[in-house]
Amino acid sequence: MNKLQIITKGIVKENPTFVLLLGMCPTLATTTSAINGMSMGLATMAVLILSNITISAIARFIPDKVRIPSYIVVIATFVTLLQLAMQAYVPDIYETLGLFIPLIVVNCIILGRAEAFANKNGVVDSALDGVGIGLGFTLALTLLGLVRELLGSGSLFGWQLIPSQYNILAFVLAPGAFIVLAYLMVLFRKVTAKK
Amino acid sequence: MEYFFIIISAIFVNNILLSQFLGVCPFLGVSSKLDTAVGMSGAVCFVITLATVVTFLLNKLLLLFEITYLQTIVFILVIAALVQMVEIVLKKISPSLYSALGIFLPLITTNCAVLGVALNVVTKEFSFFGGQPHLFNLGEATVYAFATSLGYGLAMILFAGLREHLSLNKVPASFKGVPIALLTAGLLALAFMGFSGMVY
Amino acid sequence: MAAKSSFKNMVICLTVICLVCSSLLAFFNGLTEEPIRVAQAKKTETSLAQVMPAFERTEARSVELDGTEYPCYVATAGDAVVGYAVESSVIGFGGTLKVMVGFDAAGTVWSTMVLSHSETPGLGAKCTEPAFKDQFDRLDPAVKSLQVSKDGGDIDAITASTITSRAYTKAVADACRVYAALSAAPEHQE
Repeated sequence: MNKLQIITKGIVKENPTFVLLLGMCPTLATTTSAINGMSMGLATMAVLILSNITISAIARFIPDKVRIPSYIVVIATFVTLLQLAMQAYVPDIYETLGLFIPLIVVNCIILGRAEAFANKNGVVDSALDGVGIGLGFTLALTLLGLVRELLGSGSLFGWQLIPSQYNILAFVLAPGAFIVLAYLMVLFRKVTAKK
Repeated sequence: MEYFFIIISAIFVNNILLSQFLGVCPFLGVSSKLDTAVGMSGAVCFVITLATVVTFLLNKLLLLFEITYLQTIVFILVIAALVQMVEIVLKKISPSLYSALGIFLPLITTNCAVLGVALNVVTKEFSFFGGQPHLFNLGEATVYAFATSLGYGLAMILFAGLREHLSLNKVPASFKGVPIALLTAGLLALAFMGFSGMVY
Repeated sequence: MAAKSSFKNMVICLTVICLVCSSLLAFFNGLTEEPIRVAQAKKTETSLAQVMPAFERTEARSVELDGTEYPCYVATAGDAVVGYAVESSVIGFGGTLKVMVGFDAAGTVWSTMVLSHSETPGLGAKCTEPAFKDQFDRLDPAVKSLQVSKDGGDIDAITASTITSRAYTKAVADACRVYAALSAAPEHQE
């Protein structure tokens, strides 16, 4: 598999949200608007890339039985670093994403990729895998956020497009998340099946 | 009286699954059969309650030594250790349930609901009857954690029942599996939204 | 591929990882402490400038009322006090609602600004929009009753967000009581 393919498979063939069905919690919770979804996706991608690189580098030194706890500590460290950095430099986004930033630790995507890819492949490949999967996740979340924001608040990245009396509030709330994701998944299946 | 409100709020109004979106991955994975859903809920209930109590107490220590940046790591390690313990105990007591839950048992570690509740309890402020917002004390925290996991179990079991019915019906091919489950969850979430007028 | 799972190896591995990670975090924590403090101070400064009439300096105070501590600020220009600000916290619909309420020297509410909230987007979150929050600008508590119209007062609630509206109004009402305590206290001349 060449380097470019590693990246693109994360976006389409192994898209974490639509195909692998990983990381559902932040997907549903943080996509109330396009910018929120995108920020969450990028934050997760940052941790994913860093943890993939680190785990790929130290995997050989870790005894098999303590594999999972070790990975968890590494991931938790990067998440805390991200927390501190966001609090210091982008405090508004930090407040909006709230609880879900520390929850990146238990995002199945990160531990999943560590197990499935990073501990078996080289550092560069693992980094690229992180980029690919991260991009797939970010695109999925941004798309979900876009639809929910447009239908629910009538705006796009904050630009008001549809006047408020035509907004269907349910899309910004809990039920809307489930429903929009369901339809996007069907759409994704149809589009990728044709290829 | 306050405890009553904590319980109602945690189970119905702010249902951890349908309104806070925590614990969704196993929700979609385990809930296709009723008895696995019940078993899973029981295990999660135990882990959430115990984990919340332990992390609550540990957090007091972290605050004391001003090392709160270690919060995420400490919490997740406690949860991982607890799940390991539950696995060992379950294997001895009920090997059948152990094998029925299979891979999902160690996955409770990465269940956002567990870490989510533990973090909520030490960061979110609550108030009742228009009193001043305050952080939970240990008693309230335990009740909240237990009630939250009951709410989780309720959502899981309702959902499993619905999915069992669904599997007997005709579903369009592209919706089969996860999409139709998500739509069902969405409708269930819509129903639970009706509870939102109940408690302040 | 992986190292042998002997007890010694496992303990060494976990200890090393934990030590390295904790040190890394301690280092970063030290690095970001200042920027975090600066970011938070900046937020407070912006809100103070918005909720009070023009001032030169502010002095932080703390007032205790009914068992709760309220961070407050006294704004001065020259030797005269031009305004006061109170950070009021209440529980809204989705969590704590923190409002910075500013008063002028005469005791009228000058303006308000939400510092943090967890209200529902599209519903309670509208409390940050001018349509709702401007009702509190230049509000004299003696003239306008601080309750939502449903409860017999003069504040128009956000449609379908009575709880958030009530909470916001209560935050302002609480701030008024704190102001009374604050302005009654003996002032220091600087």
